[in-house]
Amino acid sequence: MIPVLLGVTIISFSIIHLAPGKPTDIMTELNPKITPEARQRLEKYYGLDKPILVQYGIWLKRIVRLDFGNSFSTDSRPVIDKIWDKNLPLLDRKLSITLLINILSISLILLFAIPIGVYSSTHPYSFFDRVSTVFVFLGFATPAFWLALLLMMLFGVKLGWLPISGLKSLNYSSLSAMMQVFDKAQHLILPVFVSAFGGIAGMSRYMRSSMLEALRNDYIITARAKGLSETAVVYKHALRNALLPIITILCLSIPGLIGGSVIFETIFGIPGMGQLSFQAIMTRDYPVIMGLLFITAVLTLIANLLADVCYAFADPRIRVNKG
Amino acid sequence: MQIKTVTDRFSKNRLAIAGLAIVTVLFIIALCAPFIAPYDYKTINVRAILMPPGKAHLLGTDDLGRDLLSRIIWGSRISLAVGFVAVGISTVIGIVLGSLAGYYGRWIDSTIMRFVDMMLCFPSFFLILTVIAFVGPSIWNIMIIIGLTSWMGVARLVRAEFLSLKEREFVLSAVTSGAKDLRIIFVHILPNALTPVFVSAVLGVAAAVLVEGALSFLGLGVQPPTPSWGNILTSGKDNIEIAWWLSVFPGLAILLTVLGYNLLGEGLRDALDPKFKS
Repeated sequence: MIPVLLGVTIISFSIIHLAPGKPTDIMTELNPKITPEARQRLEKYYGLDKPILVQYGIWLKRIVRLDFGNSFSTDSRPVIDKIWDKNLPLLDRKLSITLLINILSISLILLFAIPIGVYSSTHPYSFFDRVSTVFVFLGFATPAFWLALLLMMLFGVKLGWLPISGLKSLNYSSLSAMMQVFDKAQHLILPVFVSAFGGIAGMSRYMRSSMLEALRNDYIITARAKGLSETAVVYKHALRNALLPIITILCLSIPGLIGGSVIFETIFGIPGMGQLSFQAIMTRDYPVIMGLLFITAVLTLIANLLADVCYAFADPRIRVNKG
Repeated sequence: MQIKTVTDRFSKNRLAIAGLAIVTVLFIIALCAPFIAPYDYKTINVRAILMPPGKAHLLGTDDLGRDLLSRIIWGSRISLAVGFVAVGISTVIGIVLGSLAGYYGRWIDSTIMRFVDMMLCFPSFFLILTVIAFVGPSIWNIMIIIGLTSWMGVARLVRAEFLSLKEREFVLSAVTSGAKDLRIIFVHILPNALTPVFVSAVLGVAAAVLVEGALSFLGLGVQPPTPSWGNILTSGKDNIEIAWWLSVFPGLAILLTVLGYNLLGEGLRDALDPKFKS
């Protein structure tokens, strides 16, 4: 795990620093009076004048102490404060916002995909199965940002039922606690649904084929032969085995979900990690970009680790073999 | 495998045929864009700004009075070009790295596969965005960068095929007759490993079209005035309260394209390898 993480940081650091152009160019390009000396001073101030290996060494030394450095933007705040601002309530911090949306959307995906997949596999080529197949292909092909636009147009502009941007209404602070939760939920419906939509389609497809595979096994015949009810055969014997590949696919999809946050947080104006990363990318805020890439890589690795744990949980064979 | 059985199986699959039809029509539209587009895609017409769909402009006009249908037709060229070039790049990289890893094994294999793990750890869309923002958005940069960040699946596929193929007798006979490594890899093993690669390439075109759409939508893809479905949607977002047609039609074009390539790819997979058919 550590070597992979180290490799990821090396790749991202070199991509970011070797790309043509420097953040100081963007800061100074609108200032016609800037002298080359001033530009050099600026580069020195941000430590960009040192050789890239030295810069990486400095970054690495800091990151071990969980110090991500200071942002290049005019506020020069520590990167960690931008992502995890201790002055804000827990749920308003950028990392929590993005995690909340992603966890909600993963839950939504599993909540829909598993029953759809199980039903389709136990009733293959039925009417429901055909309809869900069509839905799956449409779901795969629908660009998330387009779906977001359509839903904003329908529910936000035409019907006026749901807010189309931000996480809170303007009068949020004057609402009662109950209404605050309701207000936030209202703001979250569209983003969560949009980010889950493609996943529901994909995951129910995987669930279907994984279940079909599991149902073909000999132990299913055994289970039926010894007179178990169909419910027990499907949910206890087949489903448990069919869930194994699903765990892997779910964990592999996590970097994609986090990357997707950039798109829908920008569209819906949600102040999370995705929006922060888009701003950081546009202003070449190196420390923020590196910090975000690092955090997403760590999250992905944690998800992989979780997958292994879930595997052991779902499959006793793995527990026994690996001790 | 007989070609006839494959085409038989393919033509019995209605969804696959639909996919092939969509892809073919899109090809024709892209090739004939100058002849079938009713207007010039970049002529600004101040007297026809944001016209709803009607007789003069079948799909309406955008915020500069340009004909939406013509822009969508020309946009199909961009999607097609990005899809094919990006997939070409990722397939070549995936084949080379996958063959090396699968054929040589040992440290070469573990080095390459660790590299694959690292690349899979990145949120690829975020990485693409970063690089594009740094090197500057242009259609060539998009193609190259999508290609460079999407080869991992192909590499894994090719490696898995090589692992099983290299134990077969025909490889042994090539080795004993003194063929060089490169010859064995590219002449003997690779042609037998290409079927799944072909399928994943078709599906890859769909994925690349989606990424290009998202990039252009965020303003980091194809730059106006060159029309791309993604950047038309950007003006759809800007005019979301007054011009629904600017949001609906370009998105439908993306949806149809991706649907077509996905159906074609899945159909090919079922036809080429009945094992996958569930």
